[in-house]
Amino acid sequence: MASHGIRDRVAIVGMGCTNFIENWGSGLDDLIIDASNDAYASAGVTKDDVDAYWFGTAQSGMSGITLARPLQLQNKPVTRVENYCATGSEALRQASYAVASGAYDLVMVVGAEKVKDTGYQGLNAFPVPNDGTGRTLTAAAMFSMIVPAYGHKYGVDDDTMRAVLSHIAVKNHYNGARNERAQFRKEISVEQVEKSPKMAGTLGVFDCAGVADGAAAAIVCRAEDAHRYTDKPIYVKALSFVAGNGSGLIDPSYDYTTFPEIAACAVDAYAQAGVKDARAEVAMAEVHDCFTPTELVLMEDLQFSERGTAWRDVLDGVFDLDGELPVNPDGGLKSFGHPVGASGLRMMFEAFLQLRGEVPDERTISSLSEGRKLALTHNLGGYPGEMVSFISLLGAELD
Amino acid sequence: MRGIVSWGAYLPYRRLDRSLITQFLGQGGGRGTRTVASYDEDAATMGVEASRLALKATDLTPDTVLFATVATPYVDKTSATTVHAALRLPDSALALDLGPSVRSAAGGLRLALSGAGTTLVVAADLRTGLAGSADEASGGDAAAALVVGEGDAVVAEHLGGASATEEFLDRWRTPGEIRSKVWDDKFSELTYIGLGRRAFKEGLAAAGLSVADVDVVAVAAPTARIGKAMAGKLGVERVAPDLTDTVGSTGAAQPALLLASMLEAAEPGQVLALVVLADGAEVSFFRTTPALASFTATRPVADQLAGGAPLTYNRFLSWRGMIDLEPPRRPEPARMSGSAAARSTDWKYGFVGSRDREDGTVFMPPSRVSFDGERTDQMDAEPMADVKGTIATFTVDRLAYSPSPPIVFAVVDFDDGGRLPIELTDTDADEVEIGGRVEMTFRKLFTADGIHNYFWKGKLIRG
Repeated sequence: MASHGIRDRVAIVGMGCTNFIENWGSGLDDLIIDASNDAYASAGVTKDDVDAYWFGTAQSGMSGITLARPLQLQNKPVTRVENYCATGSEALRQASYAVASGAYDLVMVVGAEKVKDTGYQGLNAFPVPNDGTGRTLTAAAMFSMIVPAYGHKYGVDDDTMRAVLSHIAVKNHYNGARNERAQFRKEISVEQVEKSPKMAGTLGVFDCAGVADGAAAAIVCRAEDAHRYTDKPIYVKALSFVAGNGSGLIDPSYDYTTFPEIAACAVDAYAQAGVKDARAEVAMAEVHDCFTPTELVLMEDLQFSERGTAWRDVLDGVFDLDGELPVNPDGGLKSFGHPVGASGLRMMFEAFLQLRGEVPDERTISSLSEGRKLALTHNLGGYPGEMVSFISLLGAELD
Repeated sequence: MRGIVSWGAYLPYRRLDRSLITQFLGQGGGRGTRTVASYDEDAATMGVEASRLALKATDLTPDTVLFATVATPYVDKTSATTVHAALRLPDSALALDLGPSVRSAAGGLRLALSGAGTTLVVAADLRTGLAGSADEASGGDAAAALVVGEGDAVVAEHLGGASATEEFLDRWRTPGEIRSKVWDDKFSELTYIGLGRRAFKEGLAAAGLSVADVDVVAVAAPTARIGKAMAGKLGVERVAPDLTDTVGSTGAAQPALLLASMLEAAEPGQVLALVVLADGAEVSFFRTTPALASFTATRPVADQLAGGAPLTYNRFLSWRGMIDLEPPRRPEPARMSGSAAARSTDWKYGFVGSRDREDGTVFMPPSRVSFDGERTDQMDAEPMADVKGTIATFTVDRLAYSPSPPIVFAVVDFDDGGRLPIELTDTDADEVEIGGRVEMTFRKLFTADGIHNYFWKGKLIRG
């Protein structure tokens, strides 16, 4: 038994992505149609060319019909996928495996979420009937518990922790300000971050990702067929997924300074892609910066920084747009907001653009031209202690 | 020999300085403080806390639970069953709610004393009135539990007593109302004093005592004034403190609370009298036994009086539903599932986890499968309600729905194994730190669709 992966067996040949905004004028169907049409056009195909569909949405609709109806798909298989906030990524993983298996030649993945029709702030999970003993905290509160735990473990004082988290927020907004699809397109200052109203623990509004509506789509085929559709296919090097057993919630050895599910997922992803030294080989990463401390800990779980040192790398600008290993060059969840089903594909969309050299100059990263060849996307769902993790590695060249 | 075997009293953590009422409203208020049940407490949860203390101090297991309160969490549904579940009593035990009047609480004790077996008599109350009213200022919230039984463990033998029952209009409240009304204080006082004197005299005779034999008397009365007037007419030199200056008049909880407080100050061989004035008069006499000398109250009333923390009047009004504060714009929690809750009664009400027989791992909530997934159904029940813990990390959630935001929340590691991320109560945001010590308390998380969702929270151990 082993996780073999499907390195270089499938390729993404077209993608689409809507603007991520509080989109009062568009419903779920509009978002799906816009992202899908962009993806069809990107790959130069029509909906009838596509053999099968995977549709990721956390709670904007149920069943494949939610996709088949707005796209008017005729007798096509459509699988609706849900896997917490990693829903969009998971849809692509399933679709890729279907292509690799030989079951289909050409498939499409659509991830979409209409969040802003609830009338509430933040994301809200659909309540499953239960015994009433579960926690009722916001995600912000759950992730805020990293901050004192990390500072305590590694001897980072409160002011330094604050500076690290602010750097992450400022960086992602700097990147997002250079992205026309981002929800927040303004640079922010450290002072603005630190003076923002407190939400949970020491986290203020600017430590938290926004909430937006959005959709993204990808068209996937076998690697050997990729050049039928595009001159610049993006090859899938690794697709890794871990669903945690929730043990961190009840295991006293879990210390809230790491996400073990993600660390395990990274080991698997790098093995699939043949990566020996992630810090040296990965050109860019789109990671799940739902809250600023999340991104900090991810730098260690993804092996970009040694344990207990990511805070220093953050302050040194290693992950800045012009840094050694740019993280969230598109602005991340911080700038885009988090339409759950779409976010994983939005991350891939940035990797797709960067690897194809299709981003505007002001957002172009230098690490690719310096010989690094891999883009990583990382998407998580759940909370510290109880999490699902997805990691992909993508590249523009076959190995 | 039949009598009191054990007791436990519970005073909620928050105290309202009555002068704050006057400052805010320009009327009402007064001197001293009153206890205030937290927003997540009701008569059932406070009854559970008092009962836990009472049962910790005895080896006896009650076969009957009598629960009395005016502030009934439910009608049509029994709340004694909630208390019974949280205490993890055998399902063969009889658990009953007594009627929603102060008289029921006094009567429950009389029934237990004249009955057989081991009876847990629990009384709890939340007293309030309209803003600026006498009831609001003079009331108090508390619970007290008495274990009544037989044998050498009896610390206060029941010597006898008497009842006087009278239909007259002192105070009343129709179901659903938030406050009681009072006919005429002077009329009540005169009526009660006549009833009390008569019952006291008959009680002495029934117990074979003369007034001179009584060392101390406690009087539970609708108001401090009536109680003091009554005490002055009984001819007993020592009158036990009525706690109205610090706790308030605690309604259904008052008879057992005053008896508990009197027992804590008593020595073996003393005769104690309890007089309760409520739609009549109930009088009971006790003689403390040598067993009292070796009895240790789990959390004495005097200690709880010395603890506690101040509460602002505006928050008191909000907790009592007298003012509605704008909630966070987050969905309110959904009602709990009745059938799901029934399947997890031991966990939800009793806070019982499981312990892996092989590697000793503690699971909260209980698990059927070991951490490594190797073994199924090889666990033992692990009661955790009395286990203390240490804060591993924490947060304050200002956005999540709570009846009283913000939510203070901690990851708690329990002594001898087990971890649970859980809400803290009776705890201010600036008090929490890594390494802080926590104990468990039974609370009401929220009410949805009229269903009270009871579960446990942590609270800081101070001092």
